[in-house]
Amino acid sequence: MMSSSPNHFDLEQSIAQWRQFVLRRSAILNDDADELESHLRDQIDALLTQGLHADEAFLIATKRIGNIEAVSQQFAEVHTGRLWRNLVLSQPHSNWLNDVLVALCFAIAAALLFQIPRLFGFNPEQHEWVYARNISLFCLPLLAGYWVVQRQLGTRAWWLILGTVALFAVTMNAYPWQPISDTGDLAVLHLPIILWFLVGIMYTGNWWQTDARRMDFIRFSGEYAIYFVLIAIGGAVLTAMTIGLFSFIGVDIEIFAQQWLIPSGAMGAVVIVGWLVEAKKGTVENMAPVLARIFTPLFTLLLVSFLAVLLISGRAFDMQREVLIGLDAMLIIVLGLVLYAVSSREPTQAPSLFDTLQLLLVLAALCVDVVALSAMSDRIFAMGITPNRLAALGENLILLVSLSGYAWYYWGLIRANHAGFAKLERWQTRMVPVYVVWAAVVVLLLPILFRFT
Amino acid sequence: MNLSKDLMAASSTPLVLGVIAEGETYGYEIVKRVEELSGGELQWTDGMLYPLLHRLEKQGYLLSRWRVGDSNRKRKYYAVTEEGRKTLCEQQQQWQIINQALNKIWRDMQRSDNNDVQFA
Repeated sequence: MMSSSPNHFDLEQSIAQWRQFVLRRSAILNDDADELESHLRDQIDALLTQGLHADEAFLIATKRIGNIEAVSQQFAEVHTGRLWRNLVLSQPHSNWLNDVLVALCFAIAAALLFQIPRLFGFNPEQHEWVYARNISLFCLPLLAGYWVVQRQLGTRAWWLILGTVALFAVTMNAYPWQPISDTGDLAVLHLPIILWFLVGIMYTGNWWQTDARRMDFIRFSGEYAIYFVLIAIGGAVLTAMTIGLFSFIGVDIEIFAQQWLIPSGAMGAVVIVGWLVEAKKGTVENMAPVLARIFTPLFTLLLVSFLAVLLISGRAFDMQREVLIGLDAMLIIVLGLVLYAVSSREPTQAPSLFDTLQLLLVLAALCVDVVALSAMSDRIFAMGITPNRLAALGENLILLVSLSGYAWYYWGLIRANHAGFAKLERWQTRMVPVYVVWAAVVVLLLPILFRFT
Repeated sequence: MNLSKDLMAASSTPLVLGVIAEGETYGYEIVKRVEELSGGELQWTDGMLYPLLHRLEKQGYLLSRWRVGDSNRKRKYYAVTEEGRKTLCEQQQQWQIINQALNKIWRDMQRSDNNDVQFA
């Protein structure tokens, strides 16, 4: 090796070092480094033929490539998904402690909020409906508030949150619900969707303006669900241990745990998980895409075999209420699966077997949706319209539109090579407000339409 | 000459699309071609070209593939898609409007300059 000589300049080694330096940016993948390196080598070759020395050529060529920091920032803007996967912010994340404190404050606020109705003589045992109707209002607006602080969105955002909360707090508590009220149940089920969208508006930090940020929020939602389940399991174990340990020494804290520890802990967890997902997105590989990959084939298999059995047994139009509810739940899970699969896909990747499988899943879900729709319209014609049937009908129609769009764009993606992925992404993010608007209709208008029954 | 940042940003898309529309090519060649077209006046920071190429690819205007070129070096080649051509056409029309308007202004300004001289 001649590199021991101080005067000798080892071009290959310098290029390798430069490449290492480039690759340190998480927004720049191996492929991109290859591309930049081939550019660098072309430039060096051209300079060498002009008679420059290797070290001079290297210096000028790297200089012309420009500031790698700025280049990587541009890359990050183009490929936001990558950052999600391996973001370790290049500037030292010095306000980590600050983030934790803000998250803790909001979590404690959520935990306290849950206990506030006690001051007015309500408690979870006797007034469970008061709590059921308001439970998402206790926690999700605070998670939204956490993002307002983090993204520095200012007073406009606070007013939006306040307005939304006021509107739905009045709706949920002042509507004259009947004692047994289907519309009331539906409202409880649909309110979280609206509030979660509110969280999304704040999370994007730009008022839901760009597709890239919307996709980030969908990724966030996927990770959030998984983290929340994990934390819930951990919390359950912790609570059980606590109750057990205290019972050993003859102190019964079960009531305390049920009334204070568990509900307030869950409310606080809603905020903490939000912080955790954002803080940890750099260090762990996302779980959602992994799960999506595992379950896409399984769900496809399930749906296809279900359809086959339906066709063979001819029971398609004779489905009962429970079956329809099950089918709808399943379709929503499938939609979630598709959402995660799309948001975790590397956009420039050529279509693979997995995309075909995904298309198959969407098509199977579409068939199931059509079967459910026909069964549902049969029921409506035969037995009249009820709040549950109307809500389910609307949901199935929206699913029909949404899944058709997915099928269409997946087909385009597979046929036209990778250029079609941006359209698929756009379809996905454009549909989100549609779901939210329907949820708002169910919460706000359906009860009035059916006189709060 | 140093062009303003905004002008660079606005003009880079039609320039890159236009160069690639001349035939499948790769990053280094694009930079050289743009330099040549502008008589050496337009000098980009070379690295910044690649995020732009990736963005255009993501938008479906370009297709890329790795290929070993004539000098035995692996390079990423870009070609324009149908949609890319459409966009290029639109951009062309837009730039022509601006071009014509500016040309007119320059002419008018020159004329009024001449008048000023006569006046003096």
